[in-house]
Amino acid sequence: MNENLQRRAPIYEALIRTKRDRVVSFDVPGHKQGRGNPDLTDFLGTQCLSVDLNSRKPLDNLIHPVSVIHKAEEIAAEAFGAADSFFMVNGTTGAVQAMIFSVCKSGEKIILPRNVHRSAINALILSGAEPVYVNPGVDKRLGIPLGMDPDDVARAIAENPDAKAILVNNPTYYGICSDIRKITGLAHDAGMYLLADEAHGTHFYFGDGLPESAMSAGADMAAVSMHKTGGSLTQSSILLTGANMNSGHVRKIINLTQTTSASYLLMSSLDLSRRNLALNGKGIFAKVVEMADYARAEIDKIGGYYCYSHDLANGRSIFEYDKTKLSIYTLDIGLAGKEVHDILRDRYDIQLELGDLANILAILSVGDRVFEIERLVSALSEIKRLHSRDRAGMIDHEYIEPIVDVKPKAAFYADKINMLLRDAAGMISAEFVMAYPPGIPILAPGERITGEIIEYIEYSREKGCILTGTEDMNVERINVVEV
Amino acid sequence: MELWYSEQHTPNVRFSVKVNRTLYTAHSGIQQIDVFDSREFGRFLTLDGLMMLTEKDEFIYHEMIVHVPMAVKQDAKTVLVIGAGDGGTVRELARYPGIERIDMVEIDREVVDVCREFLPGTASGLDDPRLNIFYEDGLRFVRDKVDMYDVILVDSTDPFGPGEGLFTREFYGNCHKALKADGVLVNQHESPYYDYYADSMRRAHIRIREFFPVCKVYQAHIPTYPSGHWLFGFASKVLDPVDSVDTAAWNLLGITTRYYNTDLHKGCFALPTYVYDVLDGGRDGQ
Ligand SMILES: Cc1ncc(COP(=O)(O)O)c(C=O)c1O
Repeated sequence: MNENLQRRAPIYEALIRTKRDRVVSFDVPGHKQGRGNPDLTDFLGTQCLSVDLNSRKPLDNLIHPVSVIHKAEEIAAEAFGAADSFFMVNGTTGAVQAMIFSVCKSGEKIILPRNVHRSAINALILSGAEPVYVNPGVDKRLGIPLGMDPDDVARAIAENPDAKAILVNNPTYYGICSDIRKITGLAHDAGMYLLADEAHGTHFYFGDGLPESAMSAGADMAAVSMHKTGGSLTQSSILLTGANMNSGHVRKIINLTQTTSASYLLMSSLDLSRRNLALNGKGIFAKVVEMADYARAEIDKIGGYYCYSHDLANGRSIFEYDKTKLSIYTLDIGLAGKEVHDILRDRYDIQLELGDLANILAILSVGDRVFEIERLVSALSEIKRLHSRDRAGMIDHEYIEPIVDVKPKAAFYADKINMLLRDAAGMISAEFVMAYPPGIPILAPGERITGEIIEYIEYSREKGCILTGTEDMNVERINVVEV
Repeated sequence: MELWYSEQHTPNVRFSVKVNRTLYTAHSGIQQIDVFDSREFGRFLTLDGLMMLTEKDEFIYHEMIVHVPMAVKQDAKTVLVIGAGDGGTVRELARYPGIERIDMVEIDREVVDVCREFLPGTASGLDDPRLNIFYEDGLRFVRDKVDMYDVILVDSTDPFGPGEGLFTREFYGNCHKALKADGVLVNQHESPYYDYYADSMRRAHIRIREFFPVCKVYQAHIPTYPSGHWLFGFASKVLDPVDSVDTAAWNLLGITTRYYNTDLHKGCFALPTYVYDVLDGGRDGQ
């Protein structure tokens, strides 16, 4: 890595120049450096509004980058060890969709684990590609979905030699990594592309001793949420591509759905976070791991909670664990993760990333300090002291294998019948049902609704998970495919 | 040339002290520490640009945070002090021969070192043989203490900065656990006057009230703190600060004070109506 190059931040520098030149704007945005919206300027700050500008020659254009954005993307590609990088302003959702659209046309197959983010399945609905799900398996005790076992991937490849690509979560929401190097090898041997959803993996590229990043494992594309653990603004993201990809084609695909008014706030935040990570990332993430390890040790002292980390690794479905994640199993104190999550928020003013049926997850990242860790640990100690109860009556859940009867796109656009969910056993869903957190589909369009699934949805509801996906905001009714 | 220390008490109000010279200025890694010398207040210590103590008026704060709870709990043997790196609180505690052990938890060793060097009047307390100093986060220290202390004094900075954790529900809950059954908790409670401080005072008060059946507030006049009107919170599982104080016994101890006395002990729990309103407003306000 060229350190002098990494010190540059071309988009940021161009914005500073534009400000310094006191250019008069007779273009959009209409607030004109904030003057037209005093309340907003007062709230967000003059500095912020003054660089909320539109594309113009000195600032380049994300649709067709030739100068400062192009340069910033080149430097980012170097920092991530990619052949090319693309700044994204529609979240990692945009990056995941661009990956899938780039390699799968309508009717073509993609192999992916069931615990993908909704953005991946949405991409299948839009493109008409066909999912081949690999069962990621589930940890019996923790109830969390795991990574993909390379043997299962090999089997899926053997059964679907015509598939175009394999998608891997690196890591999953819970910090679990598959053996991405091996799976990349399997994909390439079979002539398939390897795509990685690295929404939660930005730090893998910069810290020492963390799981392997997709680009270093030889993947063809990776969607990296700079905004999640890298420090850029919410909604900014980066798509990385390897040497086998045609960057012109990828750019064209991105432009199908990306805005023509990309925000310079988002793009400059990508530029500056990349610079920070490239120059200081090693130290930053060493500190993050140290804080996470400290928190695990302190929480272990409280007793009753189980902080899992690399001890889970089994070489197959859990190849590696991302130690920056602070995942805690709570069922042994008689509380669902969601309940602990809510008590922390409502009584202790502490917001976690997620609470599911059995676990809570705290994300530690570039911005964390030990003061806040102490608060979290003390609050957990108090919650155990004041709220713990008998474990009895809590049921663990199992991974439910989806039965895909119809392709997602066909089901999504099919003629439908609206009915009560509880009466829908045996029907084919035309909609998603997801429990937030963790936002992994329980049902996706085209899948058979079973009694077990209905029971699991009701259980999630009872435990306070937010259910979404159906037209019915209460997720009591569901659209099913008319047969 | 004139040199002035200015502190922003609100965005629209400033408090300034003419300074003779700066004695110390450095960032400890945790906070900015400064010591100045002034004609009016003698030497004074500021943390992150906020006044902590002056040689001239520190006796008020330190007498009031210590003697009010100690008069109620005259048989106290174990005392925990959180914060208090300047030593003033420990200096007052050290005057009670019945105390067997004082644990002081200060997050910033540099505050202690700087006070030892520049503020010997308060730091003198830090040499008491009954004192154990722990340099760590107070929140962390109390986490695993159960039924250990007769008195806990929270001599913290404001709830914005390193002291933030000491105004939280988790901290008060942990203190409750660390106190013995008839133990007493006193914390500096901010000021009722300016909105910003009043709000944190009210939040702290509500949270303490959740854990302690007895929860009273008392006041003192501290000229160099914002508005000069400062509050302390008194909390206990059983002891009422006014009804259960044995003033005759305290007076027999022969502790000479300049601010505190046993008449004031009863009087300082009588608050202005607007302060009661702010505290009570808390009852439904949150
Ligand atoms: C695994 C995974 N992929 C993709 C995304 C989409 O990212 P974004 O919210 O930036 O669009 C998320 C976001 O939560 C995610 O968790």
